[in-house]
Amino acid sequence: MSKIHVTATVNGDSVEFLADPRETLLDALRDHLGLIGSKEGCGTGDCGACSVLLDGRLVSACLVLGVEAEGHEIETIEGMAGPDGTLHPLQRKFIEHAALQCGFCTPGFLVASKALLAKTPDPTEEEVRYWLAGNLCRCTGYDKIIRAVMDAAAEMRGAA
Amino acid sequence: MAKDEMNPAFKLIGTRVLRPDGLDKVTGRARYGADFAAPGMLFGAAVRSPHAHARIKRIDATRALALDGVKAVVTRADFPTGLTGEDWNLQENCMAGDVALYDGHAVAAVAATSALLAQDAAKLIEVEYEPLPHVTDVDDAIKPDAPAIRPGAADHSVPDGMPPNVVRYFEFGHGDLDAGFAEADIVRAQTYRTEATHQGYIEPQACVGQLGADGKGEMWVTTQGQWYVRWMCAAVLGLETAQLRVTPSEIGGGFGGKTTVFIEPLSLALSRKAGGKPVKLVMSRSDVLRATGPTASASMDVKIGMKADGTMTAGRAEFRMQGGAFPGSPLNEALECAFAAYKLPAVEHIGHEVLANRPKAAAYRAPGAPMAAFAVESLVDEIARELGLDPIAVRLKNAVREGDRSSYGPRYKSIGLVETLEAAKAHANYAAPLGPNQGRGVATGYWFNHNGDTSVSMAIAEDGTAQVSVGTPDIGGSRASLGLMVAETLGIPYEHVRVNVVETGALGINEPSHGSRATFASGKAAVIATEQAIAEMCRRAAAEWGIEPEAVDWVEGAAQPAGPNAGKFPPMKIAEIAGQMSSTGGPIAGHYEGLPEGVGASFGTHVVDVEVDPETGRTTILRYLVVQDAGRAIHPAYVEGQFQGGAAQGIGWALNEAYIYGEDGRLQNAGFLDYRIPVACDLPMIDTVIVEVPNPGHPYGVRGVGETGITPPLPAVANAIAAATGARLRRLPMNPPAVLAAIKAVRGG
Repeated sequence: MSKIHVTATVNGDSVEFLADPRETLLDALRDHLGLIGSKEGCGTGDCGACSVLLDGRLVSACLVLGVEAEGHEIETIEGMAGPDGTLHPLQRKFIEHAALQCGFCTPGFLVASKALLAKTPDPTEEEVRYWLAGNLCRCTGYDKIIRAVMDAAAEMRGAA
Repeated sequence: MAKDEMNPAFKLIGTRVLRPDGLDKVTGRARYGADFAAPGMLFGAAVRSPHAHARIKRIDATRALALDGVKAVVTRADFPTGLTGEDWNLQENCMAGDVALYDGHAVAAVAATSALLAQDAAKLIEVEYEPLPHVTDVDDAIKPDAPAIRPGAADHSVPDGMPPNVVRYFEFGHGDLDAGFAEADIVRAQTYRTEATHQGYIEPQACVGQLGADGKGEMWVTTQGQWYVRWMCAAVLGLETAQLRVTPSEIGGGFGGKTTVFIEPLSLALSRKAGGKPVKLVMSRSDVLRATGPTASASMDVKIGMKADGTMTAGRAEFRMQGGAFPGSPLNEALECAFAAYKLPAVEHIGHEVLANRPKAAAYRAPGAPMAAFAVESLVDEIARELGLDPIAVRLKNAVREGDRSSYGPRYKSIGLVETLEAAKAHANYAAPLGPNQGRGVATGYWFNHNGDTSVSMAIAEDGTAQVSVGTPDIGGSRASLGLMVAETLGIPYEHVRVNVVETGALGINEPSHGSRATFASGKAAVIATEQAIAEMCRRAAAEWGIEPEAVDWVEGAAQPAGPNAGKFPPMKIAEIAGQMSSTGGPIAGHYEGLPEGVGASFGTHVVDVEVDPETGRTTILRYLVVQDAGRAIHPAYVEGQFQGGAAQGIGWALNEAYIYGEDGRLQNAGFLDYRIPVACDLPMIDTVIVEVPNPGHPYGVRGVGETGITPPLPAVANAIAAATGARLRRLPMNPPAVLAAIKAVRGG
């Protein structure tokens, strides 16, 4: 099957790639653009490890086709820290709160949490838990993840 | 908070330093199994049986091989013959021989120039099956008319006359059981059942394997144990073990499920057949659930005798477990843990290992112990309720202490069961008021912990910083805890130590990160290795000063004269000694190879409050408390993380998770949508108390904390549901339909 040329913006950079029409956005990010931070845990939109922002909206990259990225803006975990490497408060708080063990789900949690705080800067614990219900973590029992997100939100509100 | 966070004896042990792999993991840079690529790499896909049990009559790969870009197809014919014992089991499980033994069993694999092409080619491989009668349930598998899955597989332990799917049988115990039950005021017996569950690591199995015609190979793989991958692949493929080099990636969760091989030998076989090109294989989630090892399912009869004051007089456990179409279910461990918390004058254990048409069970966090706890801790609770006794008081009355003989034989060394029970009793959660439809459950759990083959080396760099090479992949923060112990021992800042998980060529053999051993065994080994390097640095200083090495002490990262008689010299700091090492005798390093003695077992006590919706049967976890003896918490945050993670997995096992097989023997819920693990909104914060009864067998008192925490939740939740509803569930999972039916049975009756 012939491939399709796709132009998109990823983490602020203009990118081009050739996608097989059956490939997902996750495949394109990982295999064509070398952005391996987004993970495939299920391939069916159930685990959230491939969470990315598509024009600012939280999506599972495994449920978007690579060709659908044409003309759109995508933000992945690799675009979360500042250009000089300064960590986003969520990234810093995840490390400080020991909110990761194996770390495989961490990029998805961070991207999803950033999307939450963009629309709900002062979430309750319940709001965080329900928003992140689409991200599976098998190591932590979620306790320290929830605390890290709440703490990052507080810091970001204070800094704003 | 760990007591020793306040301990002035330590500068670093017990502090919550940042993990060294944190930055890579929050930025997406960390490389896991599927993130590795090699030049010229091919991509593989496996063909898996859709049948629970079927004779493979013919495999025809002609159409697949005709596709442009398809490079190799392998079947069992490409593997050596004549293997025996566990080697044969591994080979047979990785690639079916004459018969596919379960839904998902690999029967062929293909390598091609892209992953999509490999998947297309896999669909073109024609396999002709002759379906055979199957059985997937443990109790059905021992019925007289059950289809025999592997006739002749039973070992010498099985008495004549047992059903053909019973392949191992054993008994052990001590004391006069009849006298024990006769002494009791109340004797109760019940049967409990648990379904198979999966470890549920979020990262599927993935590897890149390369094998040349010269028998030399490389592998990059997500694993808990690179040396296990090496020997298992070598055994399955008939290779010389040392000719394989296996490099572990970061690991996206394992919980025991990544201590064995599934696709790894297939990638090497494909590579060899494709002229030595590297071949990448990544499992889908569906394949992970269908074909990688879940835990066993169990059917368990338990009988306990108790006096009216709560004293237990005798216990009997007869367990039947199926771990798939192969021996290897955690039956011994289950029975040995069953009554481990109790001082029992008479105890009997009987085990039946049963084959069924399911995937080969793999280890899952405290293998066997959660099932055993579900049975025994539920029955203890049932009897305590009948006698009107407090569940913690009953456990304290019978709790084992140092010096007591365990239910499985050995006498306990230092243990902290009583301390966990006292801490649970004293915790605010145990006195929290309960409302309507709410109930509280208590249970204890046990895990032995483990040492295992351990090889570690450490070395001092030119600037006085230190590197540590370990063979235990970091699944929960062990690089942080190992770094803390080495830095504490050296007397240098934690940030000056780099801990590397290394490939098989770098050290002697290591067992995987299993058995809660990484921080205990690699930690003890790293401390011993560090002490060797310190001794060498003291010798270098002594030579410089012209005094005896015995006259030099190591204090706060520097050599110094042991006392006034040794001479008067200013302390020689590690950086100074290191900077001169090339001219004072060469590299400074230390190493350890062995089986670290002094394993310390770990007990835990959990307290859970639930609310059960009487209309729907849905259970909500209101509060959850984990109290566990860590020995000493090297990094308290990651100890808490182990407690919380174990509790969450146990809650999932109790309430939701189960392998569901249809009448056709096919797994019906091979995806995270239908195999539903706990999500963030299913759980409350999980409270923890770290009890520290130091293990005298470890230089910093470590016991190991990874596994005990999954053991008590199954019965604790069942006991809480019984308290909330009056309905006792003796079968998992306790999902809403099951709870609702149990409530109706109680209220209707």
